[in-house]
Amino acid sequence: MIPPFSSLEFGIAVAMFAVVTVLGFVAARWNRPTSLASVEEWGLGGRRFGTVVTWFLIGGDLYTAYTFVAVPALLFGTGAAGFFAVPYTIAVFPLVMLPAARMWSVCHEHGYATAADFVRGRHGSRLLALLVAITGIVATVPYIALQLTGIKAIIEVMGIGGDWPLWIAFIALAAYTWTSGLRAPALIAFVKDILIYIMVLVAVIYIPYKLGGYDIIFHRAQAALSTKKLSTLLAGSQYLGYATLALGSALALFLYPHAVTGVLATRSRNVVKKNMSLLPAYSLMLGFIALLGYMALAAHVKPVGGTAKAPDSTTIVPVLFNSEFPHWFAAIAFGAIAIGALVPAAIMGISAANTFARDIYRPYLRPGASDREEGLVSQIVSVILKLGAVGVIVGLKLSFAIEFQLIGGVIVIEILPALVLGLYTRWYHRWALAIGWVAGMGLSIYMLYVTPGKTTAHFGSASFAFSTWGFHTKVTIWTGIVGVLTNLIVATVLTPLLARLPRGRDETSPADYEEAEAPPMPLTRGQAAGAD
Amino acid sequence: MHPRTPSRRRRPIVLLLLLLPLVAVLVPEFYNFADPSIGGMPFFYWWQLSWIAGVAVCTGIVYALTRSTR
Repeated sequence: MIPPFSSLEFGIAVAMFAVVTVLGFVAARWNRPTSLASVEEWGLGGRRFGTVVTWFLIGGDLYTAYTFVAVPALLFGTGAAGFFAVPYTIAVFPLVMLPAARMWSVCHEHGYATAADFVRGRHGSRLLALLVAITGIVATVPYIALQLTGIKAIIEVMGIGGDWPLWIAFIALAAYTWTSGLRAPALIAFVKDILIYIMVLVAVIYIPYKLGGYDIIFHRAQAALSTKKLSTLLAGSQYLGYATLALGSALALFLYPHAVTGVLATRSRNVVKKNMSLLPAYSLMLGFIALLGYMALAAHVKPVGGTAKAPDSTTIVPVLFNSEFPHWFAAIAFGAIAIGALVPAAIMGISAANTFARDIYRPYLRPGASDREEGLVSQIVSVILKLGAVGVIVGLKLSFAIEFQLIGGVIVIEILPALVLGLYTRWYHRWALAIGWVAGMGLSIYMLYVTPGKTTAHFGSASFAFSTWGFHTKVTIWTGIVGVLTNLIVATVLTPLLARLPRGRDETSPADYEEAEAPPMPLTRGQAAGAD
Repeated sequence: MHPRTPSRRRRPIVLLLLLLPLVAVLVPEFYNFADPSIGGMPFFYWWQLSWIAGVAVCTGIVYALTRSTR
């Protein structure tokens, strides 16, 4: 079923997109240094963002458009288990707060721009740094592609045929990230998040009011779920899966290159820490957005798009908005979701490109590359990644990207021992960490391979069922937890055994991890961006 | 020298504040119930949603305790 095309909705969404595109280009003039041509300026915004900018930037970066359409779809489809996004986005802040502060300090002190930069400097291992760089890039690329699902869901609901809006959106995005770098998504994030906050606030008051209150919503959701033998509460066998998925996703989140970029682009260690107590505001928004899934159940929403047998459940939120709201408001909400896809896609593209330029191109392909050349490589790679992402979505199936994203966290968490342990101790041997990575990654990929999905025989889900190994139980566990524990155990056992092999040179000193603020940067013109 | 990391005396408080929200939301045994509900929202949901405020308070206090001063 394709809904009728509305020119009003289309007009509003296009106008919003145009405003954002202009903003993206204007951002190049924001606190402009003498030259944007370096990873430092183009890719990290000159490391000058204060509390407010950082809050919008990291918030817009981590709580992506995909989250906004996928999390409610998960509650819509699976009931209580889908609510894991809330404990996940609660647990992340206490876990990350202190390590992120140390990470900021040491990276600022030594000019590291990526996680792999730090790993190379700390462990004195080019191989380990390469493993970290590749892990980050491989986990990020499908995530960029996935941002398109937000836009695609909107396009489907607005009744537009074809993929051309995706191309236009990403070509514009590639153009202004080329000229403005990280400053573009930082500026656009303001508009995007203010719009999304308004949208959510209205939605969680107006829709329950129209449907007759949360009482009725939960009642009807329970009734609808019970026909599929699901519930608005967890079954006992789901506890371990729910908790490990939340914990593992929280551990993995700040290992993604785009999250590291957000942390390193800040002005001071305090800005990082303060944001760990301010960012939960986004989690609250996410929690209420999640409940839109039950509102959709209660309103008997039918997903559109996809195939007749497997309709595209990510369309339920747009469809719900379309049926419950006046058209002009639904259109603003659609525009906000579409713009919401652009901010994270830009940051992910930039951070993956920085990682390539810094940790693969310079050390392995062109050892003598200048800062300018490195910056240019980063710009080019970022464009390739974005257009490649559209190509993947248009050329292959969308479900391919979704399945890949599910395993993104499982892959990226293997960085944890080398990075996070490295922030606290030099005890681990570089070779032990590298072999630990191989063991953990190998086991995880094997476990993912033997996990069937609804329509596929392999790589079906990141929840591993113990019954696969012959246990008579319905209990599942998040695969990444098993992988990272294996990695940790192997690295710990091998470190004393490999003591005879030469250790790498550590170029950091203990005081570097406590550094609160670096000496003032020589290249600034005007004030630092945002208030502290 | 200025206090840049939690002092020895504050460290247990800091760790406790960071641990508390984790335990509260990562052990479903504590909150997988329908009752008591608030305004029709089962305990499972409002418990976890209210810990969003809880985590903001906990990390906020940790920030205040461990803030770097110049």
